[in-house]
Amino acid sequence: MFKRKESPSDTTFLLAITIIMFVAIYALAIIFLGDKGFNKIQMFFNLLNENAALIVIACGLTVVMITGSIDISVGGVTALICTSCIVCLNNYGFNFYSSLLLALAIGLVFGAFQGFLIAYMEMQPFIVTLAGMFLGRGLVALIEVNQIQVHNEGFEKLSGSRIQIPFLGDYNKRGVFIQSKLEYGVVVAIIIVIVMYWLLKKTSLGRKFYAVGGNAQSALMLGINVKKTRFLAHLICGLLAGIGGFLYLFHTRSGSVQQATGLEMDAIASSIIGGTLLTGGVGNIIGTLFGVLASGIALFIVTAIGSQDPWWPQITRAAMLCFFIVLQSIILARKKK
Amino acid sequence: MTKKNEKAGNDLMKHIKPVIRHRLFIPIVFLIFLFLINIFIKPGFLKIGLGKDINGNPVLIGNIINILNNSTELVILAIGMSFVTACSRGQDISVGSTIAIVGGVVMRVLCGNETQPTELKAPVIVAFILGCLAGMLCGAFNGILVSRFNIQPMVATLILFTAGRSLGSMAMGGLKPKAVASFSYYGNFFPGFPIPTPILITAAVIIITCIAMKKTNLGLYTRAVGINDKSSRLNGIEPSRIKFMSYVIMGLCVGIAGFIQASRVQTVNPYTIVPGIEMDAILAVALGGNSLGGGSLNLPGSIVGAYTIQTLTSMLTTLNVNTNAIPVFKAVIIIVLVAIQTPAVKRLFGRKTQAAKPALGGGKESA
Repeated sequence: MFKRKESPSDTTFLLAITIIMFVAIYALAIIFLGDKGFNKIQMFFNLLNENAALIVIACGLTVVMITGSIDISVGGVTALICTSCIVCLNNYGFNFYSSLLLALAIGLVFGAFQGFLIAYMEMQPFIVTLAGMFLGRGLVALIEVNQIQVHNEGFEKLSGSRIQIPFLGDYNKRGVFIQSKLEYGVVVAIIIVIVMYWLLKKTSLGRKFYAVGGNAQSALMLGINVKKTRFLAHLICGLLAGIGGFLYLFHTRSGSVQQATGLEMDAIASSIIGGTLLTGGVGNIIGTLFGVLASGIALFIVTAIGSQDPWWPQITRAAMLCFFIVLQSIILARKKK
Repeated sequence: MTKKNEKAGNDLMKHIKPVIRHRLFIPIVFLIFLFLINIFIKPGFLKIGLGKDINGNPVLIGNIINILNNSTELVILAIGMSFVTACSRGQDISVGSTIAIVGGVVMRVLCGNETQPTELKAPVIVAFILGCLAGMLCGAFNGILVSRFNIQPMVATLILFTAGRSLGSMAMGGLKPKAVASFSYYGNFFPGFPIPTPILITAAVIIITCIAMKKTNLGLYTRAVGINDKSSRLNGIEPSRIKFMSYVIMGLCVGIAGFIQASRVQTVNPYTIVPGIEMDAILAVALGGNSLGGGSLNLPGSIVGAYTIQTLTSMLTTLNVNTNAIPVFKAVIIIVLVAIQTPAVKRLFGRKTQAAKPALGGGKESA
């Protein structure tokens, strides 16, 4: 086994802080807000149910960010996938599988096109994916201006079904045992987290992502095809945006122009909270998972406290982000010394 | 081809080449192109006439005036964004949200806790100064994160991007007040004066920027820090101070833009005010031929870029394109315009460019 020369303690430290934060917030919520439902196991599964799509999309962004690039088009791609799949499901006789294929195709096309422009044409990632975002959202408006719902029996049946978790559950007010329910999307998200973890840590492609993000010049000297690596990172991000967009549709069953606004920023924020650096070369899928969960639970808590003012959720999220960003920079500054 | 012809051709090329290679060439050609399309689809496009508003005051009307008027915020933001981009090698994505904060502060100062006040609670100048201060405070917050903590600009400004619109709503106390009509002079017309006030404000901002660029070393220092902050430090420039300053300038620009925006309809909805303007401002900077990787400061380019975007938007609106579908055209134009300015394409045409960044560094947003 070979060890990375760069001291892994700091990145592990960042990951540990994220996990500790998540556990601490959750524990505090159980202690102080137990009566609001936080002591129920279903609450944890709800957290997963709500955030399955975000987890998948944030995984894609983590890969791109590790490579030192960025993708802000995922929100637009998600909106496009939702609307176009719904139109096809409702009007053109698509079933579950063909709409899944359509979603993956949209994601891959966006990923491949953006990856080509960024890697081979040497255009700036921010501008290219900004164009991608405009294109995605604009195409939604060209397809359908109004908000639309899925009217497809097969799809709705699958989307409405839940996995019953054996032995886990809560007693309701009458003392009846109710099993916990999990959406299928969560299973997909977990599988993707595992696959991406394996890809980044155990395959040569994953190590190439880190090498290119850390220092593209030295990666080139090591004989790594930098352009191809960058292209593949964007392709993977596009694929995951396709899967994530489909999960989003699977969960919400509706589509509109304004759908998933700011999803890209949520995903980037989750990756950052999880310890990924925008400069590239540093990042961790497990951290991303906990980043999504930590900001998710914070939102749950704000909602549960039931403040009358509508502005607290976003401010809480920003405060958390600020805390993690400053913490990261302090750790990095210490490391440089 | 005879020798004489060849020579004449060479002479011609000698005159044309500097024009083509000028950094303003592509933005201006594109702007002229848009104007020509506009004239083609609407022959009266260039006409400027004198009309009357609802109160019977003389006002200038015409498409050009509308474009100049509506692009005010974008032009002012593009100027600030150029400074930020040039020296911190990243973009401020919080400007839209900060405008919501500024708008909230201005409305709160002018209206207090009432939704339909019959008079302004404070002089407009106080609201303007407080609005600018709010903007500069937000800029300072971003600036400290970027300059002291060495956080990449996009990440640092992501914080205010997330919180800004909520903070704006908080500043107004959750109300949606509407100020009296006298506040609307700053975003529309002063009674009796035919030129829209925002155009005058834009002109003032541009003139002040020009004077600042001529009289001070601001431009030089900004470029120096953007190109290499270590070597600029060795030359006696404090990079973190310049970076901090550029964010405060950005904040001031946001303050002015937010004030105008609030004055246009005398009311502010923090959640929907100027949606996506940060992306348009960044786009204006990129269209103007500035490298988003920092180090180049081409203010005229950014200003032309901002007018180009507004011309495009108003053209598409004239063509009855759905507001939500406009981004599709923007996307295509971004790709085409940025693509022809990339090193890869320039190499294809056999032009050597000094502006071309090393291929590997170009892929990164910020170092």
